Amino acid sequence: MNHERLIVIGNGMAGVATIEEIVKKPCPPAITVFGGESHVNYNRILLSDVLACAKTADEIYLNTRQWYEDHGIELHLGVFVTGIDLEKKQVITQSGELYGFDKLLIATGSAPFIPPMKGVDKKGVFTFRNLEDTEAMIRWASRYHRAVIIGGGLLGLEAARGLTNRGMVVTVVHLMGHLMEQQLDVAAGAILKAEIEKLGIGVQLTCTVKEILGDGKVEAVRLSTGELIEADLVLITAGIRPNVKLAKEAGLAVNRGIQVGYHMQTSHPDVFAVGECIEHRGRTYGLVAPIMEQARVAADAIAGKRGLIYGGSIPAVTLKVAGIRLASIGAIQQDGAECEEITYADPGAAIYNKVILREKRVVGAILLGEVQDGPRLLEWVRKGTDVSPFRVSLLSIGNGSRLPSHPAAEMGDSDVVCGCMGVTKGAVVEAIKTHELTSREGVSEKTRACTSCKGCGPLIDQLLQDVLGEAYVAAPKTAYLCTCARMTAQALRQAIHEGQLKSYTAVKESGCIGDCGVCKPGVSFLVSEIWPMDHTDERHARFINDRVHANIQKDGTFSVVPRIHGGVTSPQQLRRIADVAERYNVRMVKITGSQRIDLLGVKKEDLPAIWADLDMPSGHAYAKAVRAVKTCVGLDFCRFGVGDSTALGIEMEERFEGLYTPHKVKLSVSGCPRNCAESYVKDIGIVAIEGGWEAYVGGAAGMNVRKGDLLCRVETADEALDAATRFLQYYRENGEYMERTYDFVPRIGIETIRRVLFDQASGEPDRLLERFYEAKSAVVDPWKKEGRSPVHKRQFKDLGVLIEKL
Amino acid sequence: MNRESDQVILIRAGTVDDIPRGEGRCFTVQDRRIAIFHLEDGSIRAVDQDCPHRGGPLSDGLVGKDSVICPLHGWRIDLETGAVVGQEEKRVKTYPVKVEQGEILLELGL
Repeated sequence: MNHERLIVIGNGMAGVATIEEIVKKPCPPAITVFGGESHVNYNRILLSDVLACAKTADEIYLNTRQWYEDHGIELHLGVFVTGIDLEKKQVITQSGELYGFDKLLIATGSAPFIPPMKGVDKKGVFTFRNLEDTEAMIRWASRYHRAVIIGGGLLGLEAARGLTNRGMVVTVVHLMGHLMEQQLDVAAGAILKAEIEKLGIGVQLTCTVKEILGDGKVEAVRLSTGELIEADLVLITAGIRPNVKLAKEAGLAVNRGIQVGYHMQTSHPDVFAVGECIEHRGRTYGLVAPIMEQARVAADAIAGKRGLIYGGSIPAVTLKVAGIRLASIGAIQQDGAECEEITYADPGAAIYNKVILREKRVVGAILLGEVQDGPRLLEWVRKGTDVSPFRVSLLSIGNGSRLPSHPAAEMGDSDVVCGCMGVTKGAVVEAIKTHELTSREGVSEKTRACTSCKGCGPLIDQLLQDVLGEAYVAAPKTAYLCTCARMTAQALRQAIHEGQLKSYTAVKESGCIGDCGVCKPGVSFLVSEIWPMDHTDERHARFINDRVHANIQKDGTFSVVPRIHGGVTSPQQLRRIADVAERYNVRMVKITGSQRIDLLGVKKEDLPAIWADLDMPSGHAYAKAVRAVKTCVGLDFCRFGVGDSTALGIEMEERFEGLYTPHKVKLSVSGCPRNCAESYVKDIGIVAIEGGWEAYVGGAAGMNVRKGDLLCRVETADEALDAATRFLQYYRENGEYMERTYDFVPRIGIETIRRVLFDQASGEPDRLLERFYEAKSAVVDPWKKEGRSPVHKRQFKDLGVLIEKL
Repeated sequence: MNRESDQVILIRAGTVDDIPRGEGRCFTVQDRRIAIFHLEDGSIRAVDQDCPHRGGPLSDGLVGKDSVICPLHGWRIDLETGAVVGQEEKRVKTYPVKVEQGEILLELGL
């Protein structure tokens, strides 16, 4: 383990984003965080939503206390660091305590700028930086009626919307000649002002507040024009200033912000800084995207690597202000005659799109009302592309020209849209028109498109949009198992539980589903998962693979894959497999990606005999179940191995084999972070690290490639196995049928998953293990059971064959 | 009913008990393979075994109220008419069946 200590001053988005990057690395340092606020890290950007009643405070937290605990981070909330001693490499807190560090990260953020005016100390004057400010404002707004907001920039306008939602009458007072002058030009600012005023918000430009009047509490403000506006609440959103006092007093180089170089390093080699407190190449930042870039670079540098460089961020903001979409990219202030502008303006429709060019390259853009060109324009700014060949189509609005991101429109009628099913664009469009289809499901039903790999989904959506135009509404994702199911899968689960429905037929008779047949396997799974010990298994409701326990191939023959736990076999086992393959004239013997052996071309009626001869358990390669646990050699033999990965892999496969799941589950265990068993891209992947094990979940490397999320870092193999077991059971109980973990994990959120699996006090971790073992006790190896005694005399046999001449 | 000529013969394809309820089984006569289904309501249906898409074994499919889903790529075949649901111009042949004292009698036109 790394014995360095990193102290982080500031528990806001920048500091924590950097910590998140640091803990992803092998051997991270020990981390201590000091945060002045009493809250764990939350999304400061969403404070506007909280003010506007669009979100609750609970919904904006980013990291829980559990997260800090899980990563061994020492967290001190409500503690201010008041001094840094660079020589002794110590920090001192407000209570006089000393803490030593090897590396220091300053993420002190910024403070609101208060323009000079009288009366700022009256009750009812607020700034808008943190959760406390927000909550105080909400309380005040519930008692009073009128508000004045000083500063018509992004934050001020968002606050105006928020306070208006809370029933206040709001006036925005802005120093400059147009609103949001950092992001908009005069023309766009005018359009925005008109839209803001439509919401009942007053706007006063080119003036300031000179004095706040009132007896103890705010009663009115006096503007620089002399005008008096009555008010009960004054909010100052006139800009921010980096918090540099700590750094300056410590002797670090400070200008407007704490000066940092390409590696986010300050003037001291062991001290780094990120976020709103910094200045880099003369620029300070007040948006969130640069923070993430800075966090990655800082994390690398703190870890001693110098691979990543921070070259500054292109300012780019996309948001909704008062319900209007807005994107502002790059340098929007024109400097000098070398700049050109291409503009589309429709003030009546509140649309304004402008591209700013310099020497054939896009350097900035303002998009108001319609922002679909944003991503393209940002890319061009980033890459410095020479856009002169297509000047005319830089903006798509009002242009009639097709964007490259709309490929469906560029296809011909005979071009194939769905490769799996060979369905052409013409066929899809005709189906939409003929059958008046309105959804992807409808298209699938009528044309078979999008029923296999589903990769053509977005193309189908585009075609629906093209044909239906405005009438097309992309359907929200409902969790029906099939079109005849009358409820979402979640509701179905509940019904099965509460109604004690213990068989497919019971569910059908209850009216929760129809009888299309498609949802049979899904419903069977639900019933067997909810009632492992006493459900009635109906064979007809199983997919063919699960009726004969082998994988149907394209020609109606089957593939047979016995279990080879952990990918470790023996000469005896190989000999037996070879004998069986010869005896049954198996057409191909294939080593599979999951480190086992597949016998292909087996006839259905030979299946029982082949298993009896193999006398090995089923590999369940044909099922929506736990598949195999791949391993790489590990401590046993490998000179880099730090853990016994093969032993753990074999134990895990023995524990999990036979369990059915919402969709297939692939696992692996690697002996060290070199990861020869590819554990980062598995549904559950375990990696041995120095001193312990890491477990990753929700990874995949098939049709989708996704790196798994770190579930936990533990010391022993047993703990890793238990964590994996709880996750598997949690997935079984909460995954949608046909939902792989790579969709399940991001849907639930790794934070929530961790909380559920490890919060011992709730009792849930133990309950999950209990339910798992209950389910496991109901598992019987199908080959052993049914090889000997088929459930039906014709389970594997067809009806007779009549060959005589008729 | 698909009658190619007036001559029809009946073939014993097995008993109703030979096919688990809700499933299908394949019956081969000369060069024809026929999928016979034992529906939920106890009735019997028969269609060509080979799916019009890529020849998948319909008798192995999941059976709905009146249709079967091919196990290879999910094409749905209406067991009354033999038509592919959603692409009605594609179809399989259907065969009339009678059940007498538990025996399945398949009508084959010659």
